[in-house]
Amino acid sequence: MTALLEARDLVRVYQGRKGLFGAAAPVRAVDGISLTVNAGETLGIVGESGSGKSTLGRMLLGVDPAQGGQVLFKGQPMPAAATPEWRALRADMQMVYQDPLAALDRRLTIAAQIREPLEIHRTGTAADRTARVAQLMESVGLRADQADRYPHELSGGQRQRVVIARALATSPDLLVCDEPVSALDVSIQAQVVNLLRDLQAREGLGMVFISHDLKVVRNLCDRVAVMYLGRIVEEGPSERLFADPQHPYTRALISSVPEPGRALDSRVILQGEPPNPARRPRGCAFHPRCSLATDVCRDQVPQLARVAPGQTAACHHCPVTPDVRAA
Amino acid sequence: MTNLVEIRDLRVAFDGVPVLHGIDLDVARGEALGLVGESGCGKSVTWLAALGLLPGKASVSGRVTLEQTDLSGAPRDRLERVRGGRIAMIFQDPSSALNPVLKVGRQLVEALRLHRGLTGAAAKAEALRLMDLVGIPDARGRFTLYPHEFSGGQCQRIMIAMALAGEPDLLIADEPTTALDATIQAQILDLLARLRREMNMAMVFISHDLGAVAQVCERVCVMYAGRIVEEGTVSTLFDRPRHPYTRGLFDALPRLHGPRGALTPIPGTVPDPRNLPAGCAFAPRCNRAQGFCQRNRPDLLRQRDGRALACAYPLPEDDAAPDATAPRMTAHQEGCPT
Repeated sequence: MTALLEARDLVRVYQGRKGLFGAAAPVRAVDGISLTVNAGETLGIVGESGSGKSTLGRMLLGVDPAQGGQVLFKGQPMPAAATPEWRALRADMQMVYQDPLAALDRRLTIAAQIREPLEIHRTGTAADRTARVAQLMESVGLRADQADRYPHELSGGQRQRVVIARALATSPDLLVCDEPVSALDVSIQAQVVNLLRDLQAREGLGMVFISHDLKVVRNLCDRVAVMYLGRIVEEGPSERLFADPQHPYTRALISSVPEPGRALDSRVILQGEPPNPARRPRGCAFHPRCSLATDVCRDQVPQLARVAPGQTAACHHCPVTPDVRAA
Repeated sequence: MTNLVEIRDLRVAFDGVPVLHGIDLDVARGEALGLVGESGCGKSVTWLAALGLLPGKASVSGRVTLEQTDLSGAPRDRLERVRGGRIAMIFQDPSSALNPVLKVGRQLVEALRLHRGLTGAAAKAEALRLMDLVGIPDARGRFTLYPHEFSGGQCQRIMIAMALAGEPDLLIADEPTTALDATIQAQILDLLARLRREMNMAMVFISHDLGAVAQVCERVCVMYAGRIVEEGTVSTLFDRPRHPYTRGLFDALPRLHGPRGALTPIPGTVPDPRNLPAGCAFAPRCNRAQGFCQRNRPDLLRQRDGRALACAYPLPEDDAAPDATAPRMTAHQEGCPT
C-alpha cells in the first residue's frame, strides 16, 4: 500500500542573522525529518515553540519549499508551490490554522467562504455547490440560518467550524491542522476535538495534527512524533508513547502536563530552556537539559532506533529492541 | 486566619452592560486562591476592578478592602501605593508588560525605587538578588540586557522578580503560564509555589487550566458569566464537583491516562453578557436544568462540606466523582420546586 503522505529527510534552513548587521547564522528549523501518514490515519506532532513543527506542517503541503529531502503525496513527488499541478493537488490536501478569525475574510458571509474552494476548483454546478455548502455546514454542526452571518457574528468555536468546513469542501484526503483548538476555551475545545474525531471516522481523512497540547494529541492521534529542535526524537503509537515514553525529553514533556490530582512534587521538572535553534548544541541537541547525558551525548547525534514494536527513539541511553522481535 | 483582602458585592459594567454581577471574595493571608472559568467569565475583570485598573468607561461598584484600607473609590495616590507595593500583578504576556527599550536591570531598579525607596548600589544588589531568586542564570551578566534578549519563560521570571520588588502581601497572577511551553510552564508553576512558601505571600492564580490551578492553589472559585458558581478547597471541588458547570469543565478535558474516546463537551456557548438568560446563566447549557432554573437564579449558598454552591439541582454529594459517567436525571425522578 502506498502511504498517503511520505516525507523523506526533509530539511528547511532559514537565513537568520546575529544581531542587526551581524554575520549570517543559518537556522535549521527542520533538520532531516522522515515520516509517513497512511490514509485515514492521524499523526500527531508535538513539541515546544521553536521545535520546527509548524514549518514541518507547511512543508508537508509544499507551501514551504524543502531545501533537502522530498515529500511524496500518494506516491508522487510534491509539485513545486504555486505551479498549476500543485494548485490542482491542493483540493486533496488542506490546512487548518490556530486563529480562525485571521483565516477568514471578514467581508464575506460564512457560506460564501465555505463555497470558495468549490469555485476555485470548479467543482459541480452552482446548484451542486449550494447543496454541498449546506451539507458541509451541517456536518460541522453549524445551523443553516448561520449561512449569511459574517465571521465577527460567530463565536470562536463556530469560526473554527467554518474553517474546518471550508477545508473539507473539496473532500480532501489529507488535512494538516496547526494548533486548531489551542485558542478555544475548554468546553468549546472538546466540541471541535469531537468534530475532528467524527470526521476521521466518517470521511476516512488522513490527518497531521500539530499541537503543543499533549492531552488533545493523545485523544485524537493514532501515532505521535515528538520534535525537539528540528528533529523527531521519538515516535510511536499514541497510547504506548504516552504510557511508556522512552526518550528523556518525551518523559519530561509528558510529566510537565499539569493534571488535577497530581502533586507538583512528583513531576519531572526539566531545567533550562530549549536552546536557540541557531546555536544547536553539538551531539544530541537535548543533552544540556538531560539528566542522563554522558560524553557520547555531547559528541554524537543519536539516530532514531526501534525501542519497542512500532516505537522509535533517538537517544544513546534508550535500550534498543532488535528488529527480529518484530510484533 | 484574618482576611487580607475582602471583596463585597463587586459589580462592573462596560458601556452599561453588566459583566460582573456582585462578587464576594476573601483572600486570607498567605493563601493561594485559584479563579477558573472560560474567557469572558469575569475572572480577570474582578481583580482589575478591585485594583482600579479598568478603563474609565467601566462603571464599578462594591467594596474592596485591604486589611483596614478601603480601596473602592480610593484616590489615585492611595491606590498607587497599594498596587505594585502590597498587591502586585503579573500577566499572561510578559514581553508586552516589560518596556522593550529599557534594560531589564533598570526596570527592576525602578520598581525597587518606587516601592522600597532603594537607590544606587543597594537597589542594584537587591535587583540581582531578585533575579537570582526567580532563577535567572548569570544575573550579573544579564542585568544590562534588553527584554527581547530573554526567552518568554525568562521574561516571565523577570516579571515575577519585578512583582516581588515591592515585597507584596498578595501576588495576582493572571494566566501567568498560558503563553509558555509545557516544560517552562512547569518551571514557572514550581517557582510560584516555592516563592509563595518562602515569602509567606498570598496568591490569586487566575487560569483556565484546571490542572495548573490544582497544583498551586489551596482554594478555588469557579466563575461563569460574571458570577461565582462554586467555591471550595481544591480537594473538595476537584474530587467531587457539584455544580454541573464545574463538572462539565472536568468532563470536557482530554486525559493523559485511561481510555481514549470522544470527549464530553459542554453544549452551546457562553451567553452574551448583553443578553443573559433570565434564570441561571448556565441553564441553557445544563443537562440537569429544570423549568425552575430557566426562571430563577440560584444564590451562592454555603454547603455542609464547606463549599459554596449556586445551583438548584447540583450533582449529588456522594456520586460526583469526575470519572463516573454523568448521571442522567429526568424531571420524573426529581421533583420541581415551583
